[in-house]
Amino acid sequence: MTTVSELFDPGAVAAAATDAILGSTLHGDARGVVVDSPPGAGKSTLVVRAALELADAGRPLMVVAQTNAQVDDLVLRLAEKNPELPVGRLHSSDADAYDKALDELPNVRKSAKAAELAGLPITISTAAKWAHVKVDEPWEHAIVDEAYQMRSDSLLAVAGLFRRALFVGDPGQLDPFAIVGSEQWAGLSYDPSASAVTTLLAHNPELPQHRLPVSWRLPASAAPLVSAAFYPYTPFRSGTDHGDRALSFAIPSDGSGPDRVIDEAAESGWGLLELPARHTPRTDPEAVRAVATVVRRLLDRGGAATSERSPDPSPLTADRVAVGTAHRDQAAAIRAALADLGVTDVTVDTANRLQGREYDVTVVLHPLSGRPDATAFHLETGRLCVLASRHRHACIVVCRAGVGDLLDDYPSTEPVQLGTVVKFPDGWEANHAVLAHLAEHRVVWQP
Amino acid sequence: MSLISTLARLEAVSTGRAQPAATVRHRHLAGRPLVFVPLTTAGEAGAPLGALVGTDRDAPRLLVVPQPRDRDLRFQFLAELADVVLPYVDSYAEAVEAAERNETDPETGKRVKVEVELCADAPQLIVPSRAGIDFVRLLGRSMRFRRTAEQDPEAPHPAPPRVPLLGRWLTHFGERARVPGSALLLAATELLSRHWATGQSTLEDQHLGALLAWIDPPAGMTGAEAAHAAELARDAKGQLLHPPAGPATDPAFDNKLLAPALERYDRARTALAAAEDGLEADERLGELTAAERAIRDLVESRTRPTWDAVWRGLDLLRELPEGARVEERWTRDRWSFTSHRDRITAGEPPQPRRDDAVTAANKLATREREQARLEAQEALDDPLVMAGRRLSGEAFAGEVTDVVMTYSEGKRPSPRPLVTLRTDDRPHLGERVKVYRSLGGKPQSAEFVGHDGDGVVLRILDKMGRGKEPEPGSVPEKGDRLCFTLFEHEQRGGAKLPDPENTPWTHGGPPGEAPHEAADPLTAEDVL
Repeated sequence: MTTVSELFDPGAVAAAATDAILGSTLHGDARGVVVDSPPGAGKSTLVVRAALELADAGRPLMVVAQTNAQVDDLVLRLAEKNPELPVGRLHSSDADAYDKALDELPNVRKSAKAAELAGLPITISTAAKWAHVKVDEPWEHAIVDEAYQMRSDSLLAVAGLFRRALFVGDPGQLDPFAIVGSEQWAGLSYDPSASAVTTLLAHNPELPQHRLPVSWRLPASAAPLVSAAFYPYTPFRSGTDHGDRALSFAIPSDGSGPDRVIDEAAESGWGLLELPARHTPRTDPEAVRAVATVVRRLLDRGGAATSERSPDPSPLTADRVAVGTAHRDQAAAIRAALADLGVTDVTVDTANRLQGREYDVTVVLHPLSGRPDATAFHLETGRLCVLASRHRHACIVVCRAGVGDLLDDYPSTEPVQLGTVVKFPDGWEANHAVLAHLAEHRVVWQP
Repeated sequence: MSLISTLARLEAVSTGRAQPAATVRHRHLAGRPLVFVPLTTAGEAGAPLGALVGTDRDAPRLLVVPQPRDRDLRFQFLAELADVVLPYVDSYAEAVEAAERNETDPETGKRVKVEVELCADAPQLIVPSRAGIDFVRLLGRSMRFRRTAEQDPEAPHPAPPRVPLLGRWLTHFGERARVPGSALLLAATELLSRHWATGQSTLEDQHLGALLAWIDPPAGMTGAEAAHAAELARDAKGQLLHPPAGPATDPAFDNKLLAPALERYDRARTALAAAEDGLEADERLGELTAAERAIRDLVESRTRPTWDAVWRGLDLLRELPEGARVEERWTRDRWSFTSHRDRITAGEPPQPRRDDAVTAANKLATREREQARLEAQEALDDPLVMAGRRLSGEAFAGEVTDVVMTYSEGKRPSPRPLVTLRTDDRPHLGERVKVYRSLGGKPQSAEFVGHDGDGVVLRILDKMGRGKEPEPGSVPEKGDRLCFTLFEHEQRGGAKLPDPENTPWTHGGPPGEAPHEAADPLTAEDVL
C-alpha cells in the first residue's frame, strides 16, 4: 500500500507556498497580498517570518492584530526568533494593557503613544488602538493578522497608516459581526459590517491571493473532514499521516459512555457522545454534566499523546484539553460543573474566544444540541468550523440525538441580499457533513 | 429571548394579561406628537391610499388618494401631507437654546469649543407599527429627489413645491429611527412591546390591536381571547372588526369594498370627461364627488380604529414615569433634528441614495455605541430590566458584609478597599473581571478578586479622590445594598475615521464628486 507521504511531501509543498508569499510581499508590486490559511497551517509562523524579513529589508513595518492577546503572542514569538530586533508594542492606556511577560524582553519598547515608538523597525498593536494613531508619513508596509475576523470599518480606520500590506487570515472561521442591524449596506462593496478582506478584494480584485496548503495542527483523521466540510473549493492536507500521532490511556475503560467515547476518539480522532433526544434549555444540565464527566475521565485515565514533535509520549494534562461551546452561559455552566468535579484549569470558552487556539483534545457541546430551532447564529459555518478544528489528536462532541431532523426541519432561510457574495458552504450543509461523519463514531449514552 | 422575558410571557399566558416588562418609560414621549396612520395600495409599493395625520386626537386630518395609481392625485396627497407635517416640523425649528460643541478647527487642527444653536425641543412622529416606519422611509425615498417645476421646468411630472422637502425630512426621520434608543420616529407596537410582555409571540405583537388586547383587555375577557378577536373577528359582510394597523390593508377589504369603489370612481371620472354640455357635466361631477366621498369614508373607516388605538397606547405609556436617562437620549434626538435643520437651511443637497464608505462606517459605529448605551441605561434606570441582566449573569446585587482597607503598591499608595458582597445572584465572574456600580450617577469600577463562601470579594479601584484616605461616601460600608454590573455604564467615543475625500485605496479611494441624483425614472407600470 502506498502511503500519502510517498506521493505528497507536505513540508516541501508548504515551503513552496511560503516562498511564493514572501516573494509577492517583498518583491511584488501589488499594494496588497492576501493569504488564506486553514486552521493550524502555520499562519503565525508566516506572520513572524514575513515581519522579520521585511525588517531585514529595512522597511518600517506596522503589524495590526485583532486582540491584545494576539499582539502579545506575536511580540513574544518575534523576540524568540530574533531577540536583538527592537520591537514597539503600542498599547492602550488601561491598567494591565499588555502581558507582563513583555517586561522581561530588553528590546521590546512599550508605550501608549505611537510617537514614542517612532523609528522602530516593527510596531505592533491592535486594530482598535491603531485607529487612534495619526501620522504624517505612513508606514512603508503593514501586516494585518486575522484579517477575516477584522471588520471592514476597522480597516477603513487604519488603512491610511500604511502604503502596502500583507493580509493574513482564515476564511473558514467566524465572520465579524455587528450588534445592530446592517442590512442597509448589504450589497455595497464597502459594507462596514463585512470582513476587511471582502471589502479589500471587492475594490482590488487584481491583488495576488495565496493559500497555505498544509495544516500542521489537524491530524490526518480530521483534515479531510474539515477541508471537505468547510473549505470545499480550497482543499488542504494534514502535515502528518495516519499513525504519526497516537493517544493512549493508562487506565482502561470502565465501560461507561464517557469512557467509551474517549476510546473511540483516541482510536479514530472523532467521538460523538449522543444523549437521548430532548428539547432543553441552553444550559442543558445533562449535557453539561456529560461534558464535564468526559473531561474528568480524560484527565483521570492517564492519557499520553505521541506525535511527530517528540518520540516520547507527553502526558495529557489539563492545559492540553479545552471545552468549546456556542454561548457564554453554556461555558459558565460547564466551568461550574467542572469545578464541582474538582477540575479547575481546563479552558472552557465560546467558539469566538477559542479562535486561533490549539489543544491536544477538545470536547465540544454541539451548538444545535437540544434546540427546538436552528437559527442563523447556530448554523453559522465558522462557529462549527472553529469548534471542530482546535485539536491535534481528537475531538469529542456531546450532543442530543435528533440534530439531523432539526436541520431538515429548518433549512437556511436567510433573506438573499442583492450584490453580496454567497458564502459556500452554507452552515446547513456543513453541519450535515460533520454530523454524517460523527455518526460513524457514535456512542449512545443514557446518563 | 432572555430568560426574564420568557418568564414574563409565561406569566402573561397563565394570568391572561400582559405583564410589565419595565417599571419606567424608556422612551421620550413628546407633549404634542404627530401621529401618522398611513394606508398603502396592495400590489404597488409606495402608492399611498390615504392617511390620518395630526396632533389632535379628536381632529385628525384625513388624506385620501381616490385613485392610487394616478400620479397627479398621489402628488396632491403628498402636497397635503407636506402641508400638515412641515408646519409641525418647522414649529420646532425656531425655539433654540445656546449650546457648546467640540469641533476641529480647520486651521490649527485642534479641538475647540464652538457656540452653536440647539433646538429646545424636537418633533416626534408616531406610526402604528414597524411597517409604518418602513413606509415613512419609502415615502421619503420616493420624494426627496423629485424636482419641482421651479427647479426643473422640463421635468415630466413636476412635484408640488414642498414635496421634495417633505421627502428629506421623512428620510431623516426614517434614518434616525435606526439609531437604538432614538425617539424622533416611533412605532406604537414597538413602544408597547418594549414595556409589556404579552402571552403571544413577538411576531403576533406586531398587530397593534392584539397587543393592546393583551395589555388592557375588555372587561370579562382574557388577553388571549381579546387578542384572538382583534385578529380574526369579522362582521356579517366578512370584514375585519379591527382592521390591521397598516400600511397594508386586509384583502377582503380590498376585494369587496375598495375595488368596487375605485371602479365607480374611475367610471365617474371617464363619464365626466366625456360630458357634452355643462348640465351633463354638473350631474356627472356630482357622481364623481359622491364616488370620491365613498372612498374617503372607506379609508377613514379603516384608519380611524388604528388612530384611536395609537392614542390609547400612548395613554397607557404616559402612565409610566419617564426613566431618569431618557431625557439625555432625547437631547441626542434634538441634536440630530437641529443638524438636519441646519443642513436644509444651508442649502445642502438631499441625502444621497447610498452612503459612502466613511458615512456608512460612522453610522454603524454610532448605532453600535447607542445600542450599548441604551442597554446600560435601561438597566440602570429600571430595577426590572436590571433583574433581567442579573438573571443572565451580567449583574449582581447584594449586601456588603465586610470591608477591609488595603492600599495599592507604589510611591503614593492609593486606597484599594476590599469589599465582600453577599449575593444570591450568579454572575459570570472570571479572574480580574471588571465590574461597575453607579455612585452618584457616575460609574465606580472594581475588579473581581474571588469568592468567599456565598460572598463575592471585589477590589474598588477608583472614584475615591486623590488622597490616601478615600473621600467620604466613596467606599461602600457594611450593610449597604449595592448592585454591580459586568457591563460598562458609559460608552467611549470611537476612533475618528478619515474624511470621505481621504477614503483609502482598500475602500475604493475617494468617492469623487457626488453624481447628480435623479428621481427614479418613469416606467410603464408607474402611470395609469
